[in-house]
Amino acid sequence: MGLMKRFIGFIKKEFYHIFRDKRSLFILFGMPIAQIMLFGFAVTNEINNVDIAILDHSKDVTTKEIINKISASKYFSVSNYIRNEAEIETAFKKGKIKAVLVFEKDFSKKIGKENIATIQVIADATDPNTANTISNYTSAILQKYQQEINTTIKIPYQIIPKTRMVYNPELKSVFMFVPGVMTIILMLVSAMMTSISITREKELGTMEILLVSPLKPSQVIVGKVVPYIFLSIINAVIIVLLSIFVFKMPIQGSLILLGIESILFIITSLSLGILISTISASQQTAMMISLMALMLPTILLSGFIFPITSMPVVLQVISNIIPAKWFIIILKGIMLKGVGLSFVWKETLILVIMTLFFIGLSIKKYKIRLE
Amino acid sequence: MGIKIENISKSFKKIEALKDITFNVNDGELFGLIGPDGAGKTTLFRILTTLLIANEGTASIVGFDVEKDFQKIRNIIGYMPGKFSLYQDLTVEENLKFFATIFGTTIEENYDLIKDIYIQIEPFKNRRAGKLSGGMKQKLALSCALIHKPKVLFLDEPTTGVDPVSRKEFWEMLKRLQQKGITILVSTPYMDEAALCDRIALIQDGRILQIDTPEEIIKHYPKTIYNVCADNMYKLIESLKKYTHNYNVYPFGEFVHYTDKRIDFNPNELLHFLEEQQLKNIQINKTQPTIEDTFMELAK
Repeated sequence: MGLMKRFIGFIKKEFYHIFRDKRSLFILFGMPIAQIMLFGFAVTNEINNVDIAILDHSKDVTTKEIINKISASKYFSVSNYIRNEAEIETAFKKGKIKAVLVFEKDFSKKIGKENIATIQVIADATDPNTANTISNYTSAILQKYQQEINTTIKIPYQIIPKTRMVYNPELKSVFMFVPGVMTIILMLVSAMMTSISITREKELGTMEILLVSPLKPSQVIVGKVVPYIFLSIINAVIIVLLSIFVFKMPIQGSLILLGIESILFIITSLSLGILISTISASQQTAMMISLMALMLPTILLSGFIFPITSMPVVLQVISNIIPAKWFIIILKGIMLKGVGLSFVWKETLILVIMTLFFIGLSIKKYKIRLE
Repeated sequence: MGIKIENISKSFKKIEALKDITFNVNDGELFGLIGPDGAGKTTLFRILTTLLIANEGTASIVGFDVEKDFQKIRNIIGYMPGKFSLYQDLTVEENLKFFATIFGTTIEENYDLIKDIYIQIEPFKNRRAGKLSGGMKQKLALSCALIHKPKVLFLDEPTTGVDPVSRKEFWEMLKRLQQKGITILVSTPYMDEAALCDRIALIQDGRILQIDTPEEIIKHYPKTIYNVCADNMYKLIESLKKYTHNYNVYPFGEFVHYTDKRIDFNPNELLHFLEEQQLKNIQINKTQPTIEDTFMELAK
């Protein structure tokens, strides 16, 4: 009767637990898909077809042309023409309109005579990001129009910034979210689920029987962890497939390297999960620690949503001990920039060291008895 | 051989759970640890099953030290904790198979040992363990504890929360297992089960009160016990407690067990007293002391 057979028996039992518990099945497979879809479609920094209103005091050829340019762009749709200043406020309060463009009187005439005419952009800044983007986009459209009508006139000095956005030229926010969501999901599934499944044995008293059996603690732990490695890999594959086929995100780098790095991060998270299970006595505690000590820092401090460089120095320092930060750098490197291991070896090494540290600590903390 | 316990003491922070426990369980013996909740039974079981380490003293299971040779002990003992500790989301058969596998054996290999017990739950082998009745859960737990043919079996309050019929069946099963050469240490808060053991240890507040065969323990009871009953049980107890010569009064099923301080006690005197208290249908009869009586006396 080999060791392998005991081990397989143990893993089989773990899979029974997972597949018979609807809640854990949902966390395992429902949540990843829901999250990636949510971040891919709903949560976005881009602006598309924003409703704007026009207050045109001159109604001449030039203003018509500008309005046409603006409504022709995919960013804006002109949904309302208002007649006087008093209506601006009401238009905003109705909530549909995000910006109002105000053309001054005698627009064409002024351009002809004084070479200067003004358009006022009033943006709804209850959402500052959108307001900023709207004002940038309108300026860009106006500048382009200006260049077109100025082709005949020579301007003595001109500095033209030519911006090129690399790695994500269309500035799709889903490209930024995919690595982050993948990190969160792998962390959630691996760390939270293992810590809960180990503490469940403690809570139900079955750990007592497992301890009083020939199984060594290390065998129990490995038996607990292997099913989740397997399920997390499936999750990672699902996320990558969704991002390629649903969000048309090209994976620039090597898929094999991506796979290996993902497995490394899964193991890092699992070792954290084991560590949590050694210090918590109940499933509830394990869940709370996983959420508070792992999920929140992962979301807030990993650079997933908020750029690390714009954080206060203290938080920047703290972010270094968050495994997710390093994994997101690796993922962005491989997925978007197409870099190889030679560019992310430092981050990889940090993850390896963290993993070894967590495993070592959990072995030290793991109890072969009840106290 | 068997189980040897020498001067075991164990404290949790400031609470002393076990104080200087010493006794032996012989090879092939059915030994009962009898005591109320909180007496320290579970702590002693956990020390013997290598789950806890005693602060003082030593213990060995078939010659293996519980602290140094814990890995060896974990191969040869069967343990059924007080709380039902099987996987509720696994079926009867899956549970049994799992425990057989982790002990490196199969159900078929040791089927004859568990046959008597398992055959009763086999019709429900595809039912989840969490959906079994109390009696069936306990039979499954016993089957799982036996599946690797242990030399020593530890059963911590196996009959708590089990119906009287299943309890009786369970003790019959233990007797049969004993005949197969398995040493059994069983704990119970039920005094009536104590009589079914070869020897018992009465334990309270972490101390052993007495160790002997059930018959000897009863024999040592120092007084004559009377079963007293009347129409109004509550009033009867109140009245007996008022009686100046009472030594001990406590309800025992449908009777009240009464002992008197005097050696030359005459039941008729008590009868008169009770009649004066307006009690009706009074009966006073001599009865045999039980282990419970002994326990109450020792625990004083």
